[in-house]
This record gives sequence, C-alpha cells and structure tokens, in this order.
Amino acid sequence: MSLRLFVPRDTTALALGADEVAAVLRREAAARDLPLELLRNGSRGLFWLEPLLELEHEGQRIAFGPVDAAAVPALLEALANDPAAHPLYLGPVAQIPWLQSQQRLTFGRAGLGDPLCLDNYRSLQGFQGLENALRLSDQEIVNAVTESGLRGRGGAAFPAGIKWQSVLDAPGEQKYIVCNADEGDSGTFADRLLMEADPYQLLEGMIIAGLAVGATRGYIYLRSEYPRARDILEEAIARARADNYLGDNIRGSGRGFELELRSGAGAYICGEETALLDSLEGKRGMVRAKPPLPAIAGLFGQPTVVNNVLTLAAVTTVMAQGAAFYHDFGSGRSRGTLAVQLAGNIRRGGLVELAYGATLRSLVEDYGGGTYSGRPARAIQVGGPLGAYLPESQWDTPLDYEAFAAIGAMLGHGGVVVFDDTVDMAQQARFAMEFCALESCGKCTPCRIGSVRGVEVLDRVVARQDTAGQIELLRDLCATMEAGSLCAMGGLTPHPVRSALQYFSGDFS
Amino acid sequence: MGGDQANSEAGEELIAAHIARFREVPGGLLPLLHAVQDSLGCIPAGAVPAIAGALGLSRAEVHGVISFYHDFRSEPAGRHVLQICRAEACQAMGSRELEAHVKARLGIDYGATSADGAVTLEAVYCLGNCACSPSVRLDDAIHARVDAARVDALLAELTTGAAP
Repeated sequence: MSLRLFVPRDTTALALGADEVAAVLRREAAARDLPLELLRNGSRGLFWLEPLLELEHEGQRIAFGPVDAAAVPALLEALANDPAAHPLYLGPVAQIPWLQSQQRLTFGRAGLGDPLCLDNYRSLQGFQGLENALRLSDQEIVNAVTESGLRGRGGAAFPAGIKWQSVLDAPGEQKYIVCNADEGDSGTFADRLLMEADPYQLLEGMIIAGLAVGATRGYIYLRSEYPRARDILEEAIARARADNYLGDNIRGSGRGFELELRSGAGAYICGEETALLDSLEGKRGMVRAKPPLPAIAGLFGQPTVVNNVLTLAAVTTVMAQGAAFYHDFGSGRSRGTLAVQLAGNIRRGGLVELAYGATLRSLVEDYGGGTYSGRPARAIQVGGPLGAYLPESQWDTPLDYEAFAAIGAMLGHGGVVVFDDTVDMAQQARFAMEFCALESCGKCTPCRIGSVRGVEVLDRVVARQDTAGQIELLRDLCATMEAGSLCAMGGLTPHPVRSALQYFSGDFS
Repeated sequence: MGGDQANSEAGEELIAAHIARFREVPGGLLPLLHAVQDSLGCIPAGAVPAIAGALGLSRAEVHGVISFYHDFRSEPAGRHVLQICRAEACQAMGSRELEAHVKARLGIDYGATSADGAVTLEAVYCLGNCACSPSVRLDDAIHARVDAARVDALLAELTTGAAP
C-alpha cells in the first residue's frame, strides 16, 4: 500500500523549506522502495507548525510538524510502522485544538487538497454559491448580501450590500468588479493564504458579484510581493476559463464574466481603493477625492465594485448557506467571521478565523501562546501600520469594529502584531511617520510633508532635544494630518503615533 | 561595441513586441512596464519615447509612472535582488539588527548593488509571511525566520552557486 502524504506549497511553508522536505521525501521513499503518493496542498494557516506534513491514514489526516528535511528519513520509518511514536506526531489534524476550535467559514477548505484542482473544489461544496446565484435575480443576490450583514474586510468595514446596491442602481455601459488583493499591511496574510490555498473561492465570489451588479469584467489587483499567489491565480483563472466558469457563457447560463489578473508594483498606497483604480488605469497610484464614489464612477469612470479578497470570498458562503446562516455569526454590527492573523513576536502564529467578539487577549494568549522570544508581551499593533499600539490594559477589548473604534483603534484587515518588552515605542512611532513619508502618494500636503516633519520631530525627541516642545508639535502635526488628508494613509498614521505617546509615554522622555 | 549594438537592437525589438501586445489593453501601461522590465531587467530611459508615443501619452507621464512605483528601475539590478522586510511584524522579530548586519556585510545601503555586481539590496514592506518573521526575499524565493547566519548562508550560496 502506498503512503499518501500532503506537503503544503504556500509561501510560508516554502519559506520554511517545504520543497526540500518534499524532495527528500521522494528520494528517501525511492531508496526504500516505498510507494509514495505525494500531494502538494495549500496551507491550513497553522504557520507555527509549517512545514506541516499530513499522512492520510484510515480515512483520517494525521499531522506531523514542523518537519524539516533532516527529519524525513526517521519520519518515513515511523510512517511505515508506528506513526504515533514519532516525536513530531500531532494526531489527527482536524483535532488539533488550535484548528478545531476555530469557526472556519472562509478558510474551511484551506489545506484540504490541491488548490488548483477544480474537482477538489467542487467536492468541497465549491461553486454552490454560484449555482444558487445563477437561479436568482440580480436584486435577490444583492438582498442576500445586504441581509447577511457582510462588511468590507479590507479595513473600512463598509456594508458590502449597500455598495453592491449602488453599483446595481448606477447606470453604466460597462460595470466592473475589482478585487483589492494589494494586502500591504504588515502582520496580514489572510488574502495571500486564501488565494494560494483556495483560489477558486475568490473567483467564485467575483463571478457572483458580477451577476449581482451587472458587471461582465473583473480585475484582481495583486501586489507584486506575492509571486506565489500570482502563479496560482494565473493558473486558476486559466482552468476556470477552460471549464466555462469564465467567458461569455458561464456554465451554459448565457451570462458572461471575464477576469484579468494585474500586478501592482510595490506601492502601498495602491491598497487604497481609488489609488488602486488609478493604478489599474495605468497611472500613478494617486488617491482620488470622493465623491464620486467608485460605485458611481470607478474604473475608467464606470460603476465599480471594489472589494477586498475576503469580502468577495465570504459572498460564496452567504450564497451557498444563506444570509441568515452567515448573519448568525458575530457580535453587534460586526457579522460573520473575522480572519485574525497572529504575527510578529508570537509563539504560535497563523490564521485564526472566529466569529467577531473574541478578545484580543484570548487570541494572543490562548491561540498565540505568548511571545516567540518568551519575554513578556508589551505592545500589540492591530490593523496594520495605520493601527494603534495597544498596551495590556486594552487587550480585553472584543474584536469587533465598534469596540475597537471606541478605544481609538481599528481592526483593519485583522492583523495582530505582537511586540515583546524590548520594543522602543518612540522608534515605532518614528517608523509610522517614516512609512507614511515613503508611501504617501503625495496628493495631500499634510500627508506628504507632515510625515517628513513627523520623522524630524521624532528624531529630536529620541535625541532628547526639547522633548516637551517637540511632543506638543507632534500632537499638533497629528491633528493636522488627521483633519487634512484625503485618505487613510495620512488620516490614520496618527493612530500608531498617538497610541505610542498615550500608552508608552516613558519611551519618549 | 558590436555586441552592445546587437543587444540594443534585440532590446528594441522586445520593447516593440511588448508595446504591440499591450497598446490596446485598457490601462495597459503597468503590465507593459512589467513586461519590459521582466525581459530586459529594467526599463531603459531610451524605451520611454516609444512607449509614450504608442500609448498616446507624454514622456513625462510615462516617466511619472515609472518613478512612482518602487518596483520599476531604469538601470539593471545586480544578478540577484535581496529584499529585507522592514515592516512591523519583522521589526518585532529583529529585522533592524538583520538589516544592519546585511548592510555591513555587503558594504552597501538599500538601493545599491554590491561591488561584485552580485546583489542589489532593497527594502520591502511586508512579504505576507508575518507569522514566521523576519522574512527576506531573494529573487522570487521568500525565506522565513531569517537570522544573520541564515542570510550569510543564502549570500554564500549565491557566490559559490552551491546548494546549502
């Protein structure tokens, strides 16, 4: 009987040596005359265990990890004899508490099989949402999305149904669906994981969006820092087209949708939706003034849905299982599940999908297991480079949009970056300004110039030159940036700066 | 000289082929610039007038797009490009020390190429590998949990061409 093994080939698993593990597995199995069936799956997002090898055994998937190439010979012996005796044995993967306790609606399929296999996707309830959508009118699809309570996952949390309704109602020759896959926030990788582990879910969500608003063309704007996701998406689009999920007659329905993948070019600001649209049009990624909203005049001036990867993916769950099913998850006005990404100095980092409402502390302590360094955690930045740094006194805040807004913070795209007690918060505040200076599109003076001045002021603070006066200047600068910037880049850079000042003032004096 | 001229003619042909492919594509300037850079290693200043003319843009507009995006370069990089992630998740895991080590070892700052032409060093802001920081990208391969010893080994492999 041959051994059926799975070794992921997503970015993180590869970055930790998954290809070497696969190569040594093949070589050692051949040397032992051991029949081997080696499948390359996507990651399940348990990145602290990558490379995570799985053995299909008596209908179960048994996990081992983290596996490096040196461990392979002994592991192969164990797999053929007594798997449970191996020191890297983790038991059935579905019963690892870190995974079992999650509420995986969007990431339920991640890691189960070959991400590019359409039969695999279909066998795991893939395209059920699309099949349902093809039986509904455009308005009925939009109603379902509205009733589900789904809000945009990119950071702004705007209700998806309202956006879709605006595009449906807007007159336009050629409407567009644009997927924002410019996941630039440090500490976030959920979009990447979804695209690498379950790309058809994104395609399905975009096709449904097209049916809902009457758009026949779509673009995925993918950041260039994700070469693996690019390769997978290109192949997924080609296979979906060959199987008539794309084209002018989707699965014989008479409805059409065409999709193109576009690469960004290393500009963080293009994650801002209007800068993204300018970039897609072949221009500098400059932020546009709103109104007009992209829903009315978006890509090439036409009505356009711009949604994040996870928003479009979540639509497949809404359409497959129903709006009420999705709405039953969550708390307050934050419905459904949140893909929390545990990152930075954390022992068990990876993707945790849970209904909104869990506390930050439970994520970082129960799932994360504390810091990687073993030192006390001191600050947690939630929501990317524009998110606040939170001290321990704020860690019992539940993860929902309104609760975070109430403490002057934001959930953003769900990135959680942990710092231990060696962090210098004045340096982190300085970096926030430095990053803004580097990535500002330059349209607004408070963002373009204010951030440069912010770096200079913080340099004087760090050098202990007129600290009190400089901090007063810094606060003033933050107020100007917040009030005078068109978009979140300049408008929210004060978040990390002010929170560092407020909660970690000792680092500034 | 003859070789240079042949190279430059081959480059012009490639650029013309890319222009032909993308000139009718809506918003085709970025994919065109990517294609030129992928095949030539950079977007030579000499390519700008042809691109601008074909797309009905001014040279200033094309230059403005090239200079806006961090990815695009007008001069070729070294034989390899090493990007060190400078963003917060990697900072929390020691990327500041890592970048200081690499700059000292290569004797260059970000944006420069080592004296032997082997490595161009660049800063990058997030590679989406934040649960296993710090991360670097060497050409198209991303590496996780990179410390000074690991990056030294990666750089040594470049010069010797040997496997680890």
